[in-house]
Amino acid sequence: MTARAQNNLVPFALGLGTLICAVLLAEILIRAGLVNRFIVPMPSQIAGAFHRVITEEDIPHRFLVTAREALWATLLLALVGIGIGVLLYRVKLLRDATETWVAAFASAPTVLMYPLFLVIFGRSEKTIIMMGFVAGLPAVILKTIEGLAGTRKVLVNVGRSFKLTEVQLFWKIYFPAAMPTIFVGMRLGMIFALINIVGVEFLINFGGLGQLINDLAERYDLPGTYAAICFVILVSVIFFFLTDRLEKWLRPAA
Amino acid sequence: MAETGRLTAPAAPLFAPVTLLRAAIIAAVLVIWELVAASGLLFRDVVPSLSVIGRALAELLMDKTYYWHLGVTAGEIGIAMLIGGLAGLVVGILLGSNKLLSRAYEAYLYYLGPTPKIIFFPVMIMWFGVGPGSKVAMGTISCFFPVALSAAAGMRQINPVLIRVGKSFRASTWQMVTKIYLPAMRLPILNGVRLGLGVAIIGTLLAETKLSNRGIGFLIINAYSTFNMPRMYALLIVLFMLSIGVNALVGRLGGVDAVKK
Repeated sequence: MTARAQNNLVPFALGLGTLICAVLLAEILIRAGLVNRFIVPMPSQIAGAFHRVITEEDIPHRFLVTAREALWATLLLALVGIGIGVLLYRVKLLRDATETWVAAFASAPTVLMYPLFLVIFGRSEKTIIMMGFVAGLPAVILKTIEGLAGTRKVLVNVGRSFKLTEVQLFWKIYFPAAMPTIFVGMRLGMIFALINIVGVEFLINFGGLGQLINDLAERYDLPGTYAAICFVILVSVIFFFLTDRLEKWLRPAA
Repeated sequence: MAETGRLTAPAAPLFAPVTLLRAAIIAAVLVIWELVAASGLLFRDVVPSLSVIGRALAELLMDKTYYWHLGVTAGEIGIAMLIGGLAGLVVGILLGSNKLLSRAYEAYLYYLGPTPKIIFFPVMIMWFGVGPGSKVAMGTISCFFPVALSAAAGMRQINPVLIRVGKSFRASTWQMVTKIYLPAMRLPILNGVRLGLGVAIIGTLLAETKLSNRGIGFLIINAYSTFNMPRMYALLIVLFMLSIGVNALVGRLGGVDAVKK
């Protein structure tokens, strides 16, 4: 084993070891009666509930429902968010007038508008998709502007020396140059969208994985609730890990 | 909530094109809103007229019980920030000051940070009950991650010379933290607090909308349940203004430091 691999293995083993120890400690404390098992189920029970939740609660279908909502929100974010970002970049006056508003909107707790969206769109997938879309929109707009504004002048000058039209200049110079930053915005937007989608599913008890947690909690199926929460965390972590890798691949210098 | 950065552009003159365009956009939105409200295209009361919303806003601001609910929510968020922020700060300093700990545990924080925290609410109800405790817990776990990650990053950015100076004076751990680490990482910590505050507000209020009989979240969901749309709009307007204002205030604190620097 090389020194570098060894260097990486120690922190990994420490992190994983701590996690395993914490799980074992919880199991012992609950079995010993020091922690109430009607409040915190044993980790072994949670592990046992995984199979039941996956088969009986139709997790694959619920996962697909949430994935479909996230996909629609992402498509809307790409179309509307990048579109508005490009518009604001091209029309400087409009950008100067509204960029601070977009930034302020980004810090507003938009997810709390879900009762309003419930009234407008009803208790349906549309509400969930729109909540995801609204949450991710400011990040995509701001990063699109940042990416386009950061295009190197020399690239633009090369395009102009080739007498490219404005449209050609945009598609051949500006957009490819801004792509990595736009992807950062899309990634942030997708993260906000996914958080809101699962959150609103849970709150309005409708849809995929979020609703499953609410359902199981209302049935007081504690091992099932914990297992479903672990499953959602797992899905989130895999999603963030993959988009993180993709972003690093797109921006090798970052 | 997104990290938006600070916008330090000077205020535009009264009749500058930007100001005029902003006024025109606001006027256009208000006119379109009023037209939609009057047209009857949407369900009655879904888009109430501006005068109705204005009246609801005035009633809300003159309602004493509203301030009581606001106080409850502010208290929950304040306690959550205190617990989650302090815990995040301690964990961040520990991770930032020790390479092994950072490499062992920081990835867990990094990937757990963006997961939707509201899914923990059933667990928090089990642990802390249906009262304010579970809302405080939701706010706490929401704000812990951004503060911890910012503090860890800030700790790594401290000029090593400052740390060497502290050690050469044989400063104790407490003195190192209070005299070197914290002053040197003020900006990243403020940034983390700003992000943490935003998510703590969301976590606490969402929990209140799900299960509570007090707080602003409860008022919002109560307005929805009784289909009192003007009141719901009024509540959302006030809430957004407060959130953006508090966020800007914390950001301004960081801004003052940046200018001094």
